[in-house]
Amino acid sequence: MTSFNLFSGLRPLLRNRAVIVGLVILAVVLLAAILAPLLAPHAPNKLSIVNKLQPPSAVHLFGTDEFGRDILSRAMYAGRISLLVSLGVVALSTVLGVILGVAAGFFPRLDTPISRLLDAMMSFPDILLAIALVAALGPSLPTVIIALGITYAPRLARIVRGSTLVLREMPYIEAALTLGLPLWRVLTRHLLLNLASPILVQATFVFASAMLAEASLSFLGVGVSTDMPTWGTMLASGREYINNAPWLMVFPGLAIVFSVLSLQLLGDGLRDLVDPRLSKER
Amino acid sequence: MNRVIRAFLRRLMGMAVVLLIVATLVFIIVRVTPGDPAAVMLGSDATPEDIAQLREKMGLNAPLIVQYGQFMAGLLRGDLGRSIFLDQSVGQALLSRAEPTFFLTLFSILIATVIALPVGILSAVRRGSGFDQVVVTVTMVAASVPSFWLGLILIQVFAVQLGWFPASGYGGPDTPFLYRLAHLVLPAVTLGVVNSALITRFTRAAMLDVLGDDYVRTARAKGASESRVVLKHAFRNAMVPIITVIGLSVAMLVAGAVVTETVFGLPGVGNLVVSAVLRRDYPVIQGALLVVAAIYVLINFIVDMLYVAADPRVRI
Amino acid sequence: MNALLHPVLKPGTSQGPVFKVDRLTTSFRTPDGWRPVIRDISFHIDKGETLAIVGESGSGKSVTALSAMRLLPRDRARSEGRIFLDGRDLLTLGEAEMRKVRGGRIGMIFQEPMTSLNPVFTIGNQLAEALVLHRNLSWAAAEAEALRLMDRVRIPAAKSRLHEYPHKFSGGMRQRVMIAMALACRPKLLIADEPTTALDVTIQAEILHLIRELQREEDMAVLFITHDMGVVAEVADRTVVMFRGDMVETGATDALFARPREPYTRMLLASIPQLGTMGATPGPRRFPEVDPATGAASEGREMPVVTAGTAPVVEVSNLSIRFDLPQGRIHAVEDVSFSIMPGETLALVGESGCGKSTTGRAIMRLQNPTAGSITIGGRDIAYMNARDLRGLRRSAQMIFQDPFASLNPRITVGSAIAEPMLAHGVLEKRAVRDRVTQLLEQVGLSPDMASRYPHEFSGGQRQRVSIARALALEPQLIVADEAVSALDVSVKAQVSNLLMDLQASRGLAYLFISHDMSVVERISHRVAVMYFGEIVEIGPRAAVFGNPRHPYTRRLISAVPIPDPARRGTRIPALASEEARSPLRPLDYVPPKRRYDEVSPGHLVQLP
Repeated sequence: MTSFNLFSGLRPLLRNRAVIVGLVILAVVLLAAILAPLLAPHAPNKLSIVNKLQPPSAVHLFGTDEFGRDILSRAMYAGRISLLVSLGVVALSTVLGVILGVAAGFFPRLDTPISRLLDAMMSFPDILLAIALVAALGPSLPTVIIALGITYAPRLARIVRGSTLVLREMPYIEAALTLGLPLWRVLTRHLLLNLASPILVQATFVFASAMLAEASLSFLGVGVSTDMPTWGTMLASGREYINNAPWLMVFPGLAIVFSVLSLQLLGDGLRDLVDPRLSKER
Repeated sequence: MNRVIRAFLRRLMGMAVVLLIVATLVFIIVRVTPGDPAAVMLGSDATPEDIAQLREKMGLNAPLIVQYGQFMAGLLRGDLGRSIFLDQSVGQALLSRAEPTFFLTLFSILIATVIALPVGILSAVRRGSGFDQVVVTVTMVAASVPSFWLGLILIQVFAVQLGWFPASGYGGPDTPFLYRLAHLVLPAVTLGVVNSALITRFTRAAMLDVLGDDYVRTARAKGASESRVVLKHAFRNAMVPIITVIGLSVAMLVAGAVVTETVFGLPGVGNLVVSAVLRRDYPVIQGALLVVAAIYVLINFIVDMLYVAADPRVRI
Repeated sequence: MNALLHPVLKPGTSQGPVFKVDRLTTSFRTPDGWRPVIRDISFHIDKGETLAIVGESGSGKSVTALSAMRLLPRDRARSEGRIFLDGRDLLTLGEAEMRKVRGGRIGMIFQEPMTSLNPVFTIGNQLAEALVLHRNLSWAAAEAEALRLMDRVRIPAAKSRLHEYPHKFSGGMRQRVMIAMALACRPKLLIADEPTTALDVTIQAEILHLIRELQREEDMAVLFITHDMGVVAEVADRTVVMFRGDMVETGATDALFARPREPYTRMLLASIPQLGTMGATPGPRRFPEVDPATGAASEGREMPVVTAGTAPVVEVSNLSIRFDLPQGRIHAVEDVSFSIMPGETLALVGESGCGKSTTGRAIMRLQNPTAGSITIGGRDIAYMNARDLRGLRRSAQMIFQDPFASLNPRITVGSAIAEPMLAHGVLEKRAVRDRVTQLLEQVGLSPDMASRYPHEFSGGQRQRVSIARALALEPQLIVADEAVSALDVSVKAQVSNLLMDLQASRGLAYLFISHDMSVVERISHRVAVMYFGEIVEIGPRAAVFGNPRHPYTRRLISAVPIPDPARRGTRIPALASEEARSPLRPLDYVPPKRRYDEVSPGHLVQLP
């Protein structure tokens, strides 16, 4: 019943042209990544030295890399890892952020210690914190997710704390308290339900940031190290050939740009939808 | 007046608390390494004797709490420890690489602000116009581009093809200062463009916010011209959030420098961090994190003080 | 140059009205095209005359004023018709010419004094700006003139306050600054858009008085926009009544009040709570029932008085609530005691910041008391822990002021009402549904509304839902914190009547917290007047209103505008100690023990 409400609440989004564009791009990227095993024209790791550094052609739409691997296929498979990492980051940072944010916003006694901790965490520039964490934990897929998840958690926590502070004073939350509803019920049903929109907006932006950060980490050589490529590692290894085979850089780069762009468009549309409700509806 | 000083001291205390937590977090981060950091650093072909020696050198044999005490005591003396791989103290290592990073950050923030403020204001005033739509689109795209990718493209176009600027490096100590700075043009533009997108979007949003406020209507009802309404009445009020985002960008630029310096082969702090990470040079990682975080805390403090100047309602 | 288009009305002709609106229609752009929000509005104002536009929310009265100033966003609003100021049609003026009109020929004051001044510039700067813009003064000369203006609007210690920022000024003082700014260039017309709505009633009286005086001195025309018929009667020579964008009726104010022609006007006049109509009736009295079709009203029924000899539902003794701040201590509530019987309404009245809401919140334990006791059902709940408190929730409930914020926007009205019953396990799941139906019917809503979300309801309906939710646990006491204050006048009467009916049928006790003296007079059995955290007077309603003893009570009652033009101007507000006393005290301040004098049975007045 409430999810229906959330859904119908999102319907005006579909009247926003920018959001439509964002959704379409995101859908294409997601489908290409999820269905990569079905759609990819070539095996992503199939070597073919004779075909190395081929420019884009009918057989290899995006060209081939230094080992003759098909870039389109690799980019599709790379999308799986990149999206998986980003989604993991969003999930982790949202869980951490909501717990910390609600605790700080709803319980005045916890506010100072948690806020100070968040201040301290936010004083590490995001990439740097992630790099240090990866350096400490060793580069691997879960490590990168944990590192970036911790890095972005304060952003969500701040938003959640701020919204909680506002909502806490709302008469309907006070009414829920005076009606003698159990605290967990007030928190989940009344508070979290109304926090859903700002969280969703911020999570979309964290998704975009995580995608960029993952690419940066891979580019620096401290990212996910698997036998499967990510967009970042494709760029890092393509760098050497930028002069004579620029397509190695162009297509994975565009994949990142379009994915991030689609998320930003979506996030902006969501925020425009959510903000007036939260601030202007008195 | 007395109250102001007390409030100021309270702010300083708060800053000290945050710095203390920062230092503790740094200490924890570097020590969450699974397994023996000494073994990890030396790689798989190290002998047990080498490892033991390194453990001794890093002080890893003492109990954790003693290590923490030594670490904190060192910090109070201004001692960040010694690099394992460089024949330098961490402090020296950071200082000797500060120049390119400092100027890179300075130039990028200048570029970003000079573009962002006028464009953001105009875009807000002309909300919905063709200009505004172009600004919204371009900033959105610019914010979606990985900075290292943009850097590589700029190198390709302006260094390799056109040959206007050096592609990488910073020159040695003998290179004339201005010539050294020429190496910073492309990296500064790279960082500046990405950040100006952020600041533009923020300025636009902040201006749109205040342009709907009651006192803006009052100014119009007074017969003030549109430029006076926008530049005097609205902009002064939008300044607090704009100062915040510029302060934040400075800190983000330091992080951005990590990637950009690698792309452009600049021997700056970012480069030092990356090579330290790749070599697991923990004292350097630790020191760099601390210094950067401390700079951020300081910038935040300055931003807070600027609020007081920008908005008479804000008290320290 | 545009005046050439209308050669008949030459600029500067002193004959004819100063300001004339002719068939004005303003439309807003919507996704479905242009939609008119005001239609065919025509009126005029002569020199020295005051015209009031009165209407409920959504009537288009503010749009009319903003259209005249051409302050509506040009891409989203457009006006047709003609608006003449001294014979020139403002709608045909160029933007540069129009700027000279704004602030120069027409001054305007707005509803929200707290947000209408720019927070980052000094008062002096903002006042001087108007002068620099229109009178070619240097900034130094303009600031000197600004000082004179501040004196004219009676701002005390003007000289020292010239260089202060708006946040150091109270609401009333800011509105004086706004008036000074609007009058800086001696405009022909002053537009006042709900200038006193956000102010306390005693401050309102002073501001209205000031506007009247300045109008007389300047001989200007005033366009006064308000929702308050009392204010209309107090200020307007002629009145325009608006309803949903249309002009319903216009005429001389006394004639309009005496012989309203249109049903809507009749309804509006009949619904106004009017002070001093209760006489010696001991119990409350319902508001008149108004037939919206004809506007015919029938006086409301008298409600039962409290039966003697029962135990009180709530007993508050020596309640104090203090907040410590870095710069001192706020004594929000100080040594407050009262009790409420079953079936009784005690009204807690006073102006903003007097501590009345804090008292109510303490009874609900939304606020922890500093000292004193609060006994409900024989148990002191003042320091009860959270678990025991849940039991209390069944005997005391609260209704909040803002009907838009008191319901969770994401939960249907039905489940909002059902939720407390389920959480406390008072009824079986299936019985709960029937109970929700029953409750909705009792508050005058249709049971099939249970599946709707709050945004589908009007303000009055939402307040009814809040009442149903509060009744779900069958409490004995309801704390109603400004529960009808945010509602339009006709809805206000209906919801007040509902509260009285529910009290009669269920024997509910109400703590009715309000700043609105006219509603309080109707609804309450007893009244307590609060001033700076203390009760200064408490007693039966007839005694407090009929024989107010404390100077503050008198001031409060005399400041209420009376919707009767015949009685206008008979009362000059006491020159107040305007810059309000602050409840902020040093940390070591010990409040004096107050003593009370019993003037008549149950009627206590604080001794000085």
